[in-house]
Amino acid sequence: MNFYKSLDSDTKPIIIALGFVIMILIVGTIYTLSTQGTAPLLRPSYVLQQLQVGSFLGIVAAGMMMVILLGHIDLSVPWTLTAAAMMATTVGGPMAIPTGIAVGLAVGLFNGLGVAYLRVPSMIFTLGVDQVMRGLMVAHTGGYAPDTDATPLMRFLAAEKIAGVPVAIFVWIAVSLVIALILQRTGFGRSVYATGNREAAAYLSGIRTKRVIIGSFMLSGACAGIAGVLLAGYSSQAYQGMGNPYLLPAIAAVVLGGTRILGGRGRYLGTVVGVILIVLLNSVLSIMQMPEAGRQIIYGSVIIGMLLVYGRNQAVTS
Amino acid sequence: MIERFKYSLRQNRGFYGALLGLIVLYLLYNSLHPRGFSTAVLIQNANEAVVLAFVAVAQTIPVLIGGLDLSVGAVMTLASCIASVLVTGSPAEMTLGIILSVLAGTMFGLLNGLVVVYGRIQPIIATLATGAIAIGLALFVRPQPGGDIDGDLNWAITNAVFDFAETYGFADDGNAAWLQPIAWIPVPLIILTAVMLLVWVPYRRSVTGRTAYAIGSAEGAAYMSGLPIARAKIMAFTLAGFFAGCAGLYLAIQTSSGNADVVQAGEYTLKSIAAVVIGGTSLLGGVGTAVGSIFGAFIIRIIEFFFRINIGSFSIDPLLQTLFQGVVLLVAVSLGSLRLTRIKNRLDVFR
Repeated sequence: MNFYKSLDSDTKPIIIALGFVIMILIVGTIYTLSTQGTAPLLRPSYVLQQLQVGSFLGIVAAGMMMVILLGHIDLSVPWTLTAAAMMATTVGGPMAIPTGIAVGLAVGLFNGLGVAYLRVPSMIFTLGVDQVMRGLMVAHTGGYAPDTDATPLMRFLAAEKIAGVPVAIFVWIAVSLVIALILQRTGFGRSVYATGNREAAAYLSGIRTKRVIIGSFMLSGACAGIAGVLLAGYSSQAYQGMGNPYLLPAIAAVVLGGTRILGGRGRYLGTVVGVILIVLLNSVLSIMQMPEAGRQIIYGSVIIGMLLVYGRNQAVTS
Repeated sequence: MIERFKYSLRQNRGFYGALLGLIVLYLLYNSLHPRGFSTAVLIQNANEAVVLAFVAVAQTIPVLIGGLDLSVGAVMTLASCIASVLVTGSPAEMTLGIILSVLAGTMFGLLNGLVVVYGRIQPIIATLATGAIAIGLALFVRPQPGGDIDGDLNWAITNAVFDFAETYGFADDGNAAWLQPIAWIPVPLIILTAVMLLVWVPYRRSVTGRTAYAIGSAEGAAYMSGLPIARAKIMAFTLAGFFAGCAGLYLAIQTSSGNADVVQAGEYTLKSIAAVVIGGTSLLGGVGTAVGSIFGAFIIRIIEFFFRINIGSFSIDPLLQTLFQGVVLLVAVSLGSLRLTRIKNRLDVFR
């Protein structure tokens, strides 16, 4: 108990989330042992396969965390991801992956300009940008899945394995290292926390908050772009609405990892744990062959339950 | 009098802007439409706009307290699924079904409020989670799309007052002289107006309603002034559930069915936020009205209607519809940044 008390308030949620991960593993294993007599959740190959699918979510969540730390949010992720994937497959060849990431960076830049200079709330501005990207892609493809294919390199990064470990996981680790380094070791990272805590104070202390906002949105866009390129490689082509299932789980993963939705607090490790938690929860529910109705209810209840344990705000008393 | 109007104009720029935009767009739409300014067009438009209008009103109240309700679309879906099961049979059974489906929405809103207030979880993330629960419940109630809602009710509710009277055989089947001045009005608009007059107006004038505005402006100050913070917050989310329930009920009657469609729920939630902003309500809380959000919802729908007009040289490629909507949304919300030009102290930018 003393150990628990000695933890700082940024680490506590991560420990609890980790506890939830272990609990889900135990419950899932007991379930599979009693019904099928096997324990797939403890088999490394199964876990790696789940993490391979989870790495797309992990990369999106890494970018999302950058903007949530500012107290903003990036709702343009779904169609940024889709646009990056579609552009990458359209261009093809060696320029496919740079094109996808460039699309993400460009959308991020646009988001950042709107939020930092026009001061439009990010929630609504990125929503509009999402719709614009969707419109552009519908106009570009005519509303159908484009019949262009992913390049071999994209397929290698998303679907192949090195020494039994999916390459996608290595990409996730690489993105994670970059984001964690930025947040902890660079001035930009410190400015992100400062701006997220109180933008006016950060501005008065000489931080160029507009650049910080733009930079964070560009990182978020780039991450969505990378995820889009990978996802296109994984399913060997891009398709309409491929980014939609990633928006809300990414936000949930970031928040479950202990990042404050109002910005200014949170560690990157927590986001990783949050992603693992959501991926595991999903795979246990699908092992149980839970119908979609029960799945959604459990999904929502788990998020509420966990936040009740550690995500509570201070009551306003002054 | 003029002074008061000028003051109101200064205070509610967004609201009057939305009203003006709505009038201009709708006149333009009708003058381009081959059957413009006719009852048939008005009825069709009203039917397609009223569900979004209800959802937008639902979204407005949590936004006023500085929160956000990401579950409005899901609660609407839940209510419509319940309605598609219950609103059938004898008139008494149907009435009970109508009450129960709106009540279900209201109860879900109350749950949201309790989680936000006593769980002390940020509204945006709490409703993100409860939204999933609402969709789950809706899927549970109606695993497959369908439903058998009374055809008469569907016809009566989705047409003009004349058809309503004809269906239920009062006022000489709608031919009575006193009914004629209002016989052309679409029933959905009457329902919307009635619900707003009976629920929103009294709420806006109550202590609870005023407290909601106070919380949005400065929660600490509202607390120190002894206003009932907890009650106002719970009430805000409960009312959001109520209006989302109304939206769901109307959607179910209009389509004669229920469908636990996750994508549709998400779209309504996002469009409701857009409608609230276009209607002049600040996402920071404390400024705005639900009536503005109704105008915002109508504007969003009218822009969609433009893509259906097809006369001679004037037609827009339907493939460009989404793009056009997105651009209009971006331009509309960016107009709000005109306030930056009036700011005297550079620190006020960060509010």
